Amino acid sequence: MSLSRKRNLIVRRLLQAVPVILLSTFIVFGLLKLVPGDVAVTLAGDNASDARIAEIRHIYGLDRSFFVQYGSWLWKAVHGDLSNSLVSSESVLSSIARCFPHTLLIVALAMLMALIIGIPLGIAAASRQGSWIDNFVMTVASLGVAIPNFWLGMLLVAFFALSLNWLPATGAVPISEDFWGAISHAILPACALAAGGVAEVARQLRSSLVEIMSSQQVRTLHAKGLSPSAILWRHGLKNVSVNLLTVISLLFNRMLAATVVVEAVFAVPGMGNLIVNAAIHRDFPVVQGVVFAMVLVVVTLNLVTDILYSILDPRIG
Amino acid sequence: MTDTAIALDQRVGRLSKFGKWFRSDLRGAISLTFLVALIVISALAPWVSPYSPTAQDFDATLAPMSLTHWLGADDLGRDTLSRLIYGGTASLYASFLAVGVAILIGVPVGLLAGYLGGWVDEIISRVIDSFLSFPAIVLAIAVTGALGIGLTNGMISVGIVFAPQLARLVRARTLVVRNDLYVDSARCFGASTGRILWRHVLPNTIQPVIVQVTLLLAGALLAEASLSFLGLGIQPPNASWGAMLARAYQNMEIAPEQMYPPGLAILLTALAFNALGESLRVALDPTMKGR
Repeated sequence: MSLSRKRNLIVRRLLQAVPVILLSTFIVFGLLKLVPGDVAVTLAGDNASDARIAEIRHIYGLDRSFFVQYGSWLWKAVHGDLSNSLVSSESVLSSIARCFPHTLLIVALAMLMALIIGIPLGIAAASRQGSWIDNFVMTVASLGVAIPNFWLGMLLVAFFALSLNWLPATGAVPISEDFWGAISHAILPACALAAGGVAEVARQLRSSLVEIMSSQQVRTLHAKGLSPSAILWRHGLKNVSVNLLTVISLLFNRMLAATVVVEAVFAVPGMGNLIVNAAIHRDFPVVQGVVFAMVLVVVTLNLVTDILYSILDPRIG
Repeated sequence: MTDTAIALDQRVGRLSKFGKWFRSDLRGAISLTFLVALIVISALAPWVSPYSPTAQDFDATLAPMSLTHWLGADDLGRDTLSRLIYGGTASLYASFLAVGVAILIGVPVGLLAGYLGGWVDEIISRVIDSFLSFPAIVLAIAVTGALGIGLTNGMISVGIVFAPQLARLVRARTLVVRNDLYVDSARCFGASTGRILWRHVLPNTIQPVIVQVTLLLAGALLAEASLSFLGLGIQPPNASWGAMLARAYQNMEIAPEQMYPPGLAILLTALAFNALGESLRVALDPTMKGR
C-alpha cells in the first residue's frame, strides 16, 4: 500500500471518529437532563433560598436552551474545563488527573497478566485440539468469564492479604512516590481484573488459530511437507497477531468498566471510586467528567487500533 | 388431517427434537436444568425459604453453618439461605429486566437500520458505535447518579448499554436476509414494511439473537451484582446476591465463609447462562455441527 493511501485511510478513520465522540458527549451531557424535577433545586441542596436557586440556575446556565447549554459545556470541556465538584469544589479535571493513574496502573498490569498467561494457554489449546490441555484451558476460560471479578478480589484479599500477609489488602500508593509500593498495591486488584482477560485472550486466540490451521493455505503448507510446529509458529501466529490487537482494545474497554467495582473492593482511590462516590452524593459534574474521560480514552484507543490494524493488515484499505 | 392434528404433530416433532438435543448435549442439559430449577425456586421464594429474608435472630449474628441456619446468618442475624433465595429472585428479575430492555430497543433498531439502509443505517450505525464506546457499568452508575439510586433505574441503563450489541447483530443478519427471494415476493404481493419485517425478516434473524440474549443474561447478572455491591442497586433491607457480598465483605475478618454462598451463586448462574448460550449456538447453527 502506498504511503499516500495509508495517510488517506488514517484521515478517514479520524473523521469517522468525530461523530462518535460528538454523539458520546451528547449522551454524557444528556445525562444531567435525566434528573427528575428541577436540576437547580437539586443542585442547590436542602433548604436553599429562592435567590440561591436562581443564582445556581444562572451559574450553570440552566436558564438557557438545551443546545446552547450543550454547546457551552462542550466548548469548555474541549478546553479542559469540566467544571467543579459540587461536594469538594475541586476542579473535576484535577480530580481525574489525580485518580486516573491508579486506574491505569491496575488496568495495565491486568492487561500484561492477561497476555502473558492467556497467549500460551491459547496456543497450547489450539495446537492440541481436543486433548486434556484443550479441555482444561477451555474450562479455565469459561470460569474466568463467569466469575464476578469483585468476588475474586475478595477471595484474593482473604487469602493473600489476610491469611498469608504477602501483599497489602487495600489502598494505593502513587507510582511517582514509591514504584515498588505502587506495584505491590496494584498486584491483587490486577489479578482480580485479569481473570476475565486471560479467558478472553485464550479463547479468541484458540478459535482464530483453529480457524487458520484448518484453512486451505495451511493445507498447502502441509502438502509441501512443512512440520506442524513450523506451520503453527511461522504461519499460524503471524496471521493471528492482527486479531490479538482487536482483543486487546476490546479488553481495555471491559477492564476499564470492571475496575470500577474492583477498586471498591481494594479501596483504590481511582476513577471507579471517584464516580461511585459522585453518583451516591449526586455530584453531577464529577459523574459527567469521569464518563467523558473514559469515553474519550476508549474512543481514542479504538481509533489507534483501527489505524494500526489497517497498517498491519494489507488487505484492509 | 385436521389443522389441530397438524399443529399437534408439529409440536410433538419439536418436542422429540428437543429431547434429542437434551440427551446429546450434557453441558447444555445441565445448564438448562440448573436455570429452570433456579427460576422455579425464585418464583416460589416465600414458600421454600426457611425464614423471612429480613427476620433477625440476634442469637445467630454471623453464625456458621448449622442445622437451624443451613448457610449461617449475616451480621444482623438474618438467615443466609433465605436471603440467597430471595436475592436470587431480585438478581434474576434484574437480569431479565435489563435484557428485556435491550431486546425492545436493539431488535427494532437493528431491523430498521438493516432493512432501510441508506442514511438511516448510517446514522443508526454511528449511534451504535457511540454507545459501544461506553463502558457498560460506568453508564449505569452515571444514570443511577442522575435518576436516583435503585435497582430498576440501574438495570434499565444496563439494558440501554446492551441494546447496541443486539442492534448490530440484527442489522448484519437483516442485510443478508432482506435480499432473499421470499422477502422480495412478499414485497411484490404488496406487504407493508412492518409486516415484512415482522413476518419474514425477524424470524430469520432470531437465531443469533437468542444466543446473544442468553450470553447477555450472564452479563446482566454480573452487572446487577456489581451495582448492588457498590450500593447503587438494590437497597436494604432487600437482598440481592451482590448486596449480600457487600455485607459479607465488611465482616470478612470475622466470618469469611459468608462470602462463599452468594459468590458461588453468581458464578454458577453466570456459568450456566454462558454454557447454555454456547450450546444453543451449536444447536441452532447447522454449520457448527461437529466442531
